[in-house]
Amino acid sequence: MALEKITQVTGRGVHVPGDDLDTDRIIPARFMKCITFDGLGEFAFYDARAFAKADGQVHPFDNPRHAGAGILLSGSNFGCGSSREHAPQALYRFGIRAIVAESFAEIFFGNSITLGMPCVVMSGDNIRAVAQLIDSDPAALATVDLTGRKFSIADMDFPIAIPDHAHEALVSGKWDAIADLLEGVEAVRERAAALPYMAA
Amino acid sequence: MESSAHRHETPAKRTFIRSILASLRWTVHFEGFHMSQTLLDKVWQAHAVRTLPNGATQLLIGTHLIHEVTSPQAFGMLRDLGLRVLYPSRTFATVDHIVPTDERVEPFSDDLADAMIKALRKNCAEHGITFFDLPTGRQGIVHIVGPEQGITQPGTTIACGDSHTSTHGAFGAIAFGIGTSQVRDVLATQTMALHKPKVRRINVNGRLSPGVYAKDVILHIIRRLGVNGGLGFAYEYGGTTFDAFTQEERMTVCNMSIEGGARVGYVNPDETTFAYLQGRPYAPKGAEWDAAVTRWRATASDPGAFYDDTVTYEASTIAPTVTWGINPGQAIFIHENVPSPHEVPEKDRATAEEALAHMSLQPGRPIKGTKVDVAFLGSCTNGRLSDLQEVARHIRGRKVRAGVKAIVVPGSQGVASVAESMGLAEIFREAGFEWRGAGCSMCLGMNPDKLVGNQLCASSSNRNFKGRQGSPTGRTVLMSPLMVAAAAVTGEISDAREIFSVN
Repeated sequence: MALEKITQVTGRGVHVPGDDLDTDRIIPARFMKCITFDGLGEFAFYDARAFAKADGQVHPFDNPRHAGAGILLSGSNFGCGSSREHAPQALYRFGIRAIVAESFAEIFFGNSITLGMPCVVMSGDNIRAVAQLIDSDPAALATVDLTGRKFSIADMDFPIAIPDHAHEALVSGKWDAIADLLEGVEAVRERAAALPYMAA
Repeated sequence: MESSAHRHETPAKRTFIRSILASLRWTVHFEGFHMSQTLLDKVWQAHAVRTLPNGATQLLIGTHLIHEVTSPQAFGMLRDLGLRVLYPSRTFATVDHIVPTDERVEPFSDDLADAMIKALRKNCAEHGITFFDLPTGRQGIVHIVGPEQGITQPGTTIACGDSHTSTHGAFGAIAFGIGTSQVRDVLATQTMALHKPKVRRINVNGRLSPGVYAKDVILHIIRRLGVNGGLGFAYEYGGTTFDAFTQEERMTVCNMSIEGGARVGYVNPDETTFAYLQGRPYAPKGAEWDAAVTRWRATASDPGAFYDDTVTYEASTIAPTVTWGINPGQAIFIHENVPSPHEVPEKDRATAEEALAHMSLQPGRPIKGTKVDVAFLGSCTNGRLSDLQEVARHIRGRKVRAGVKAIVVPGSQGVASVAESMGLAEIFREAGFEWRGAGCSMCLGMNPDKLVGNQLCASSSNRNFKGRQGSPTGRTVLMSPLMVAAAAVTGEISDAREIFSVN
C-alpha cells in the first residue's frame, strides 16, 4: 500500500487556545452515533463553537478570517480522554492536516499519525507567539517541516519535536501500519501458536 | 584468551566470530536481566512478533474486545481492503455505549442506535465473532463483561476501541485502548504497531479508612500525578493496599489509569486474581487450570525489577475525594474548599478558571453542600456487583431526596441478575432509585440517559469533561459509589461517612 510521504504540511494556521482539550470537546459523544466517519468534520469542537456563538463570540473554527486553515495550534495534553478515532477524523475532515501543541495525549497522537496527520510539539511561548502572528495576518502561510523539524511562518522558524518513530513513519510513507503488519502474518501465527491461551 | 585464540584468523572471520560472541554475551546478559523483569517486560517479550521498519514492535494482541461505537468503520475498512478477520475466536463483542437502559424491545426508538447494534450483529455473524448480544444474558459494558466471562486473564495482551480498556490490567494483563484504525489492524492481523512504555510503580500502603474506597485512591493518584503525568508510562499498582484489594477494587483503579495519562495500568496477579477467575466460563478448566495458574504466577514482576519511576502513598492519608472541575485531576477531599485559581500552579490557572466558570462553583467555599440534581451509579469504573452491594448496605431504609433523579445502571446483565436475586434492586427501588438495564448510560450520554441543561450530577463514572454526560452545559462531580448515594439522599454533595454513620 503506497502512501504519500509526508515531509511537510503547509497551510494557514488556526489557534484554539487551552490545555487538556479532551476528545469529548473535540467531538461530543452524541455525534458518534454513526457507522462511517463521513460528515464528522462539521461536528469538530461542536459545543465550544455553539457556546461561543451564544456568548456573541466567534470560535476560531467559525471565524471567517481563519477559513480554510489546515494547521491547528493548541495547548498541552491535547486530545486527552477517550480513544475515539472520531476525534482526529473530525479534525481531519474539517480540513486540519497538522496539529501543533505543547503536548499530546498518547492514544490521540497515535490515531492522528495513522491518518497521516502529523502532531508536533512546540513550546508554549512559541505557540503563543505564532498565535499572535496568525491573529494579525490570518492569511500567512505556515509550514510544519518534518524534515527540518521546524515550524515556519512569516520568515520565522521555530523548533518542533516529534518522536523519531512517528517522524520516520510519516516521511517514509508508512504512517498507516497495516501493510507492514500484514507482511508479518506468518510470524504472527508462529508466535500465537506458542501461547497456550491463543491455541486453546 | 580471546585474542590469542583468534590471532591467526582472517579479519573477516574474526569479525564474524566476534559478532557471534557479542550476541552470546548479549544473551547471557539478557538471561541475567530476565531474573528481574516487570510483568510488562515479560508480557511484551512473549507477544512481540517482530520489529517493524520504523522501530515499532509488532505486538500480538491475544484478546480483542469490540463494541458498537468504534468497530463499524473498522469492519468497513476490512471490506475496502478485501481482508478477513485473522483469529475470529480471539475477538469478543458486546453492545454497551448506545443501548437504552429503559427499553429492551427492538427496534430502539433512536434510529441511529438501532442501526449501530444491527451493524455489529451483521459484522459478528459475517466474521464468526462471538457476540454477547442483548438476548444472551451476558451483555454489558465491555470492561465488565471481559472479566466476568473469564476472558480477561493474566499475562495476556488485550485491546479494545475504548480508552478504559486499562481496566483489564487489574488481572495482570497488558491492555490498550485503541482507535478504530487499530481495531482494523487487530481484526486483520491480531497485532498492532506499538512502542513499549516505561513503567512507573505506584505503591499504596496501609489500610484505607472506613468510607474510603478504591475510587478515592485513583482520584487521589491522578490529583497528585496530574492528568498527563502518565504520558509514556504504564502504571504498575502495588503495595499492601492493593494486596488487600478485591479484584473489583483493582479494576476500579486500573480503569482510570488513562485519566492520569497512562494508557496501560496493571496489578500483578495473585491468589485474589486466580480465585476470581476460577470457574468462569472462559477460564481454563481441570489440568489446564493448574498449568495456567503456574504460568500466570510467573508473569508477575520479579523482586528487584527496574522501574523508570516509583511513587508511594499512604492509604491512611486519603479521604473521600470529589472533583470540582472539568478534568479528573481537579479533585479535592470532601472536607476541602474549592481552590482559587491563584492557589493552583500558574500553568493550570486558565483551566481552573474555565472549570470554575463551567461548574458555577465559588472558589474558597466548601464543595460540601453543593446542590445535586442527578445521582448516577454505574459505569465501567463502578458498576460492578461489589459497588452495588456496598451502597445497598447503607441505603436500605433511606430515601432519595425529592427533586433528585437517581439511577442505578448495573454494569452487565450478569451483575443485574445477581443483584436482583440478592434483593439489591428492590432496596434501590425502595429508596427511590430507578433500577435500569445494563450499559454505559449516563457516563457518556450516548443513549437517552443524559443530563439536561446545567444539571449537576454526582457520578460514580470516570470523566467530568465538559459535555461528557450528554448536555453541553451539564456538570459532573466524580466520586465513589457511596458518596453518590450520600448525594442522592441529601440532595447535595455530602460526606458519606457522616450521612451513613460509617466508622
